[in-house]
Amino acid sequence: MNYFPDEVIEHVFHFVNSNKDRNSISLVCKLWYRIERFSRSRVLVGNCYAITPERVIARFPCLKSLFLKGKPHFADFNLVPQDWGGYVYPWIKCLEKNRTNLEELRLKRMIVTDDSLELVAKSFSNFKSLVLVSCEGFTTDGLAAIAANCRFLRELDLQENEIEDHRGQWLNCFSESCTSLVALNFACLKGDINLAALERLVARSPNLKSLRLNRSVPVETLHRILVQAPQLVDIGVGSFVCDPESETFLKLTALLQKRHSIRSLSGFFEMTLYCAPAIYPLFSNLISLNLSYAPAFPGKELIKILQLCGKLQKLWVLDCIGDKGLEIVAYSCKELQELRVFPSDPDGDGNATFVTEEGLVAISSGCPKLNSLLYFCAQMTNAALITVARNCPNFIRFRLCILDPTKPDAATLQPLDEGFGAIVQACKGLRRLSISGHLTDQVFQYIGMHAKNLEMLSVAFAGGSDKGMLHVLNGCEKLNKLEIRDCPYGDGALLNNVRKYETMRSLWMSSCNISMGGCRMLAKSMPRLNVEVINENGDLNRDGDDDQLVDKLFVYRTLAGPRTDAPDFVWTL
Amino acid sequence: MGSYDKDLNLEATELRLGLPGTDQPEPTTNIIIHSNNKRSIHQTKEEDQEGASKVAASKAQIVGWPPIRSFRKNSVQPKKDRAGTEADVSGIYVKVSMDGAPYLRKIDLNSYKGYDQLLVAIQSMFRITIGRYSEREGYSGSEHAPTYEDKDGDWMLVGDVPWEMFTTTCKRLRIMKGSEARGLGCGV
Repeated sequence: MNYFPDEVIEHVFHFVNSNKDRNSISLVCKLWYRIERFSRSRVLVGNCYAITPERVIARFPCLKSLFLKGKPHFADFNLVPQDWGGYVYPWIKCLEKNRTNLEELRLKRMIVTDDSLELVAKSFSNFKSLVLVSCEGFTTDGLAAIAANCRFLRELDLQENEIEDHRGQWLNCFSESCTSLVALNFACLKGDINLAALERLVARSPNLKSLRLNRSVPVETLHRILVQAPQLVDIGVGSFVCDPESETFLKLTALLQKRHSIRSLSGFFEMTLYCAPAIYPLFSNLISLNLSYAPAFPGKELIKILQLCGKLQKLWVLDCIGDKGLEIVAYSCKELQELRVFPSDPDGDGNATFVTEEGLVAISSGCPKLNSLLYFCAQMTNAALITVARNCPNFIRFRLCILDPTKPDAATLQPLDEGFGAIVQACKGLRRLSISGHLTDQVFQYIGMHAKNLEMLSVAFAGGSDKGMLHVLNGCEKLNKLEIRDCPYGDGALLNNVRKYETMRSLWMSSCNISMGGCRMLAKSMPRLNVEVINENGDLNRDGDDDQLVDKLFVYRTLAGPRTDAPDFVWTL
Repeated sequence: MGSYDKDLNLEATELRLGLPGTDQPEPTTNIIIHSNNKRSIHQTKEEDQEGASKVAASKAQIVGWPPIRSFRKNSVQPKKDRAGTEADVSGIYVKVSMDGAPYLRKIDLNSYKGYDQLLVAIQSMFRITIGRYSEREGYSGSEHAPTYEDKDGDWMLVGDVPWEMFTTTCKRLRIMKGSEARGLGCGV
């Protein structure tokens, strides 16, 4: 390849899009490193504290698209204190200072302020796409700034963020000349929006393919929008509360019978079952269906709908579907690839239906293409998991959460080691695994032995000893993220293979048996890791004894050194 | 673990003193938890005393379990029969006064999901900072402390009781300032 001019090599690289591949390319030789870095336009920084924004921009001066992740995953479940960190402002400031031609910004679990959004809106004239997932710290004022200033905005996608809603007029702020919208998702906003502004915006956006409404948009508006936008492919219907005897209902029913292009549905925040018939015609064309925010759907109605979904590939539901409902899915949805079953009664103090191992077995035998699972269930058995493993060897993501976190095999009362062992043995391509239930060191031995492609492992309330954690650290060659809570692992496990942590993005351990001494030792032996002790309760003494127990520990590799924005209860040792 | 006993329903055959039909509150597995509000909560199922022996329901509230995003948790409210469901629908409006401010404000406690959100709103509304809460020291780190008047007419420090209990017993809020505020939390 030495005899090709640089332009040819660059042209070839243009076809390589995956970050992993580009990282590999850049390691081949200096020439390739140089060419690759000037041609990389999409950059993923999986941990915003692993490197400084200055270094990223210096290496990739032509970057147009940046994907940043901030807080550790367990922050989603309130295990990380609110002001731990993950601020995006310094990154945006740096991008602005360097006059980067930023077009796309994607953020996950970061603290985004209105100031940051305003800076984005005013600094990058070609800005096209903003995707915020599980972020917080901003209000609808920030959205207004984006709407008002980004004249070529194509995508505004807000997924499950905590946004302070000032009930303002942010939708009005889209200028009349903004006609480029392709995707707009504000389903997570809690407040009212200006309906007329929304309708006008849709009317002047001929390229709008995806629109997800929040719960404040009434069904009359939805109908008018659907009339205006026959090109819509993905719709979040909002609350979908409708009087089945109203004119709107009749008009909507008639309209939807002709909308064969709709492929994806979500929303239904308060849907009453009487309105379901209006959308029946849509189900046979659907590829993706998200009913996980629709608690009012009774099982019978769900079953009726799911029987129609012959092309469905992605299904998110609540556990009120029950095992019977899952059997229907197994029978009807032969193309299913991704299934998520969420708990409808997370605090467990109601009389909710739930799903068990039976539902999962049914799905596995009916849906051979299944490769991604998130399953919140009341119980599980080894026999079921073994059957699932046999039926579905193609799992890439397998996340099982038993609502009672230390529950053993419901039939034999044994630990669930054998079941999960079967999963990792059969699913050679498994990249992400979450395990729960009564578990011993044995399951980790299986994981270490067989899960050679595993990148992310989540463990909660497992039993056993330090050996368990060591099996994983020593055996899982591609391990990138390990998060552990409420397990009996101590300093022995933490310190046995410290070099491993430099090959990983991060390690989270909370409510385990780690001591200050262990953390200090880790920090001392591995200077290129940030060893963060999170002293949330104020119980720890920074200069105190080695034997103080550390409740929350977050370890990650970094080229940026200890971070300067840590709050006073986070200590980088 | 205790779950085995529940499956065998030993309770049904247990010899006990006491009138038939009364249920003792089931002992919960005491898992130590700390929430963002830095309180440790020990919840017993006193609510179960209506005799509904919901075996599956007796769990301690473990922080972060089941692992679903709080956004989802708050959105998909189960069909709970909460006391005072009227309030859920119509909003719980309480007056908020701040020492030295010329007029009062009113907020809807139902529009917040917890103390964090409430305090953020109050700080933004009055353009002040309220310190960090701790069980021992109250609010340290600023001049202001949020207090509330409860059903009994007593002035309490915001944050001491579980959120649900707070929303149902809070009659009005007062942001205390200065030395009066600093006196709170020490040896109270």
